[in-house]
Amino acid sequence: MTAAEQALLAARPDFGAIAHWVSPGARVLDLGCGDGALLRYLWQAREAPGYGVEIDDDSVLSCVENDVNVLQVDLESGLSLFADSSFDCVILSQTLQAVRHTEGVLREMLRVGREAIVSFPNFGHWSARLQLALGRMPVSASLPYEWYETPNVHHCTITDFEDLCRRLDIRIRERIVLHEGKPVALIPNLFGSLAVYRCTAG
Amino acid sequence: MNAPHDPSSAGAVLAQKAHFDAPLKLRGGAELAAYDIAYETYGELNAARSNAVLVCHALNASHHVAGFYEDNKSNVGWWDNLVGPGKPLDTRRFFVVGSNYLGSCFGTTGPASINPASGRPWGADFPIVTVEDWVEAQARLADRLGIERFAAVIGGSLGAMQALQWTLSYPERVHHALVIAAAAKLSPQNIAFNEVARQAIMTDPDFHGGHYYDKGVVPTRGLRIARMIGHITYLSGEAMAEKFGRLLRRKHLGFDFDIDFEIESYLRYQGDKFSTYFDANTYLRITKALDYYDPAGDFGGNLSAALARARAQFLVVSFKSDWRFPPSRSREIVRALLDNRRIVSYLEIDAPGGHDAFLLEDPRYHSALRAYFANIDL
Repeated sequence: MTAAEQALLAARPDFGAIAHWVSPGARVLDLGCGDGALLRYLWQAREAPGYGVEIDDDSVLSCVENDVNVLQVDLESGLSLFADSSFDCVILSQTLQAVRHTEGVLREMLRVGREAIVSFPNFGHWSARLQLALGRMPVSASLPYEWYETPNVHHCTITDFEDLCRRLDIRIRERIVLHEGKPVALIPNLFGSLAVYRCTAG
Repeated sequence: MNAPHDPSSAGAVLAQKAHFDAPLKLRGGAELAAYDIAYETYGELNAARSNAVLVCHALNASHHVAGFYEDNKSNVGWWDNLVGPGKPLDTRRFFVVGSNYLGSCFGTTGPASINPASGRPWGADFPIVTVEDWVEAQARLADRLGIERFAAVIGGSLGAMQALQWTLSYPERVHHALVIAAAAKLSPQNIAFNEVARQAIMTDPDFHGGHYYDKGVVPTRGLRIARMIGHITYLSGEAMAEKFGRLLRRKHLGFDFDIDFEIESYLRYQGDKFSTYFDANTYLRITKALDYYDPAGDFGGNLSAALARARAQFLVVSFKSDWRFPPSRSREIVRALLDNRRIVSYLEIDAPGGHDAFLLEDPRYHSALRAYFANIDL
């Protein structure tokens, strides 16, 4: 692993888990792909070709600079560009909490992809609970925004997400819960700050 | 505009002409026995001949893409803000070719050229030419220039149709296609505007069924109305409101039919200017070429099936304020490319310029083109 890769995985520990679930050569779609770092990583690590969906102008430009295929469309208004089951894997990496039409996006992901990989910061982590108990909105490494400037609109806990999956008939195939890049086995909804799921249609 | 001393200008350029004797069979069935193609080049073709970029022009433009003419320094190329040393399409790295389409009035054989069969201008007898025919002629020019494969073919609007068609007519000869402000076919509304423009020309008493060259007249009135109509569709309503609003040209409403509003003055000016340099027979043919273009036509309207032949990597760019070829039309192309698992990026630029935004220098747009060209392996 190069120093750049190590730095990337330190900054985005969910990338390693995601790459673990993407089979070599799989076709991937990354929703809210930012500057395309995950797609580049998946290409290097798994030779998985893919496209990113991104709405922000600066991020789209970064993707073009990084030679990542990017499609500047609003993922909230549906993934109508993509045919049914046209991807092996559709990824929503730390974007779920900023999505408005959560149910619609999750359904669209499993229409377009055979599998969905979703990661999000766990609002049930003890530090968030503690800050709320002390009367403050949580701010942490995985929730780095003040309440008045956050792009996040739909925070959830591990238990909340799994409830929604049940309701939407989404089958959870695997789950990895992390804190500071390391797997958490004990009471994940309390000690995990980042959750990563591999899901299929039920 | 770049002053002649500007180091990022392609500098003084020369228009060139290539003559072709091999007959060209046109999509409409007619055949051109011989023809000239006017073109310009910027930069140097590398030893591997791998750095050529073809720039396809739209309706009223020409092969004069960049730089200026030594004897007329104010005649700057139509895409000079994109093409030149250090510009997004960098002529220090790429060999850029601008080619004038068949039927033009700027040097390539067209209706105003002499018909060898009669010794008089072709006029109405010049055949209807199509986007497919243009690509065919450009391919012969590429052969002549020793270009086996283009690093990229780029165009906006009608030029984008040519870039797209290149990937279908010659899939192996295009590495990258940059398809900007495009539509894979005209909408009925687009065709309707074209028909009004054609009617304006053909009902001008000076049109003489297209044989006006002999009579020493030009259907100026028709041509200027055609241009005024076209111009309305190139600008967004928003840009028009911003630029002109309801500003008056004179102090008070005149209660007559002289110019009241600035927008009227602007349209008349554009129409007048255009009618002095553009040929009416060419205008008629270009609008038909636009109307007829529909690569999905032979595939039961299935664009995905039509684009299955394409092998190029694509950059598709649309502009939100473009109501002539709005983003939804570009997304049809992107979707068809995705259906075929082609490598494609798509940008939807929130620029106010309308259809003409592809000619403007929006920083997001130009930065993306610069980055895209920089990543093309030669």
